[in-house]
Amino acid sequence: MEPLMALAIGILYATAIYMMLRRSIVKLVIGLMLLSNAANLLIFASAGMRRGAPPLVPEGATAPLGLVADPLPQALVLTAIVIAFGVLSFAVVLIRRAYEIVKADDLDQMKDTDT
Amino acid sequence: MNPEVALPILIPLFSGALSLLFWRLRSMQRLVAVAGTAALLITSLWLLASVSRDGIQVMHMGNWPAPFGISLVADLLGAIMVVLTGIIGFAVALFSLATVGRGHEAFGYFPLMHLLLAGVAGAFLTGDIFNLYVWFEVMLVASFALLILGSEKAQMEGAIKYVALNLLSSVIFLSAVGLLYGLVGTLNMADIAQRLGQLEEGGLVDVLAMMFMVAFGIKAAAFPLFFWLPASYHTPPVAVSALFAGLLTKVGVYALYRVFTLIFNQSPDYTHEILLWGAGLTMLTGVLGAAAQFEFRRILSFHIVSQIGYMILGLALFTPLALVGGVFYIMHHIIVKTNLFLVSGFVHRLKGSYQLKKLGGLYKSHPWLAVLFLIPAFSLAGLPPLSGFFAKFVVIRAGLEAEAYGVTFVALLVGLLTLYSMVKIWAEAFWKAAPEDAEPAPEAPSQREQWLLYLPIVGLALCTLAIGLYGAPIYALAEASAAQLMDPGRYIEAVLGTEVTP
Repeated sequence: MEPLMALAIGILYATAIYMMLRRSIVKLVIGLMLLSNAANLLIFASAGMRRGAPPLVPEGATAPLGLVADPLPQALVLTAIVIAFGVLSFAVVLIRRAYEIVKADDLDQMKDTDT
Repeated sequence: MNPEVALPILIPLFSGALSLLFWRLRSMQRLVAVAGTAALLITSLWLLASVSRDGIQVMHMGNWPAPFGISLVADLLGAIMVVLTGIIGFAVALFSLATVGRGHEAFGYFPLMHLLLAGVAGAFLTGDIFNLYVWFEVMLVASFALLILGSEKAQMEGAIKYVALNLLSSVIFLSAVGLLYGLVGTLNMADIAQRLGQLEEGGLVDVLAMMFMVAFGIKAAAFPLFFWLPASYHTPPVAVSALFAGLLTKVGVYALYRVFTLIFNQSPDYTHEILLWGAGLTMLTGVLGAAAQFEFRRILSFHIVSQIGYMILGLALFTPLALVGGVFYIMHHIIVKTNLFLVSGFVHRLKGSYQLKKLGGLYKSHPWLAVLFLIPAFSLAGLPPLSGFFAKFVVIRAGLEAEAYGVTFVALLVGLLTLYSMVKIWAEAFWKAAPEDAEPAPEAPSQREQWLLYLPIVGLALCTLAIGLYGAPIYALAEASAAQLMDPGRYIEAVLGTEVTP
């Protein structure tokens, strides 16, 4: 499972960077979305993947028996998803307003603040 | 119990919520802004007092013992940064009473300002690396919304660059946190530091160090990752610019200081060497960029970049004296830079422009404002006896002692070029006669507004003078905090409550 996951994460990162390097601001935001998903999957996979071993403590014991899945990365991913959702919805609204005001979907047209 | 550790985060959150409740009552929002930031300043001083008296203060959230719960940790560096946050927050709150218009206030300027302060204070106080990410995001979201208040064309263009690059940095940071967790299985910074020391895989640790360096380098606007800053900082309302200029990049610098003294201190030959090159190039590109500009706030924005170089230089040399210099530089810089932006706001309020070509004659009409500009401007350039001189002196002396002559030369040169930029502003905006085709000035500020504009500028200028003239206690504070940074064992011991075997 891990090699497959690693491959998927790698492809997501690569696609995201490619999209961010395009000139269109819509593609820029799509790139940002893919990027945050890639990071979430990376965290999810980083602590190792284990199937069918919930981190539950059996009755009478004080610690789970044997190797169990680590619940913490999932909590981190949950937090990160919520944050990414909020930030990206802001980004979507931002590019819409920017398109209305600048009247271009092209980063090369947005040079007023650079010179 | 030590509530003062959590209060600098809770107070702005609470005042932000309170001002949301008073959404339609403009006067109440303004009152809450001043009272809330004043309360933040007072508790931050309380925090600094108790940290310097009793050592590192730790508070375990929900009484979960470290490393299982989230710990708030205030060491001297963190406490100093929170005090600076309080000072800047209070000054900017006063200033924004006179400069932030009704339109911006109706879109929630004050709640966002409180939220930003909460994010900044949280980042300074947390002892948990994932929690640091969360505070970064709190701060970022608030800054995004503040940046586009007013929706002008330049703001939109600047905001897209700012948002894209800062989100990229957040994702790199998040990925690095994930990999670090995979490596050591903990998120508490003290625990990470302890476990990384026992690890054999040096190569992977260096890769992680680089990821953190890139992520925080973008936030701190270090070379070559600074492009979002001069593209966006001159676009929002001036109170927002001043707040950003004082605090946001410094959160990145603080994170670099924290991570590269506490966690990644295994191979300074490699990591801190890269930081050293980064510092030199940051100073140089920033100051050269500023030399080419003719817009008040844009010159100041490029100078933020160049000054970040000095702070990173203090970290990169990684000697006790260099860290003292770095911490002292941060203290001096936050106050001076915010003050310069406030002066630029005052000038804009009087003349209706930030373009130096359209300004002029201010020395004749407002001599006191001219003096108040000269204090932070000369301090930024490093003229004695102002605060900047001592900050630069300590950093450069540390550079000479570490025999890093190249970068020391760059630091001296950059000081000179900074003086050139400041003199340019002085000559163009204050000294030369007002151009004849100048646009008619906007409505002059009323007597009450003038008071509100002068008050924070005078206050911050007095802080600059105090750091310069009565620098000994502040230098001692920087020295003590640098001593804590050089000895991460004390931090680890305070958080985990165990003796550390190096």
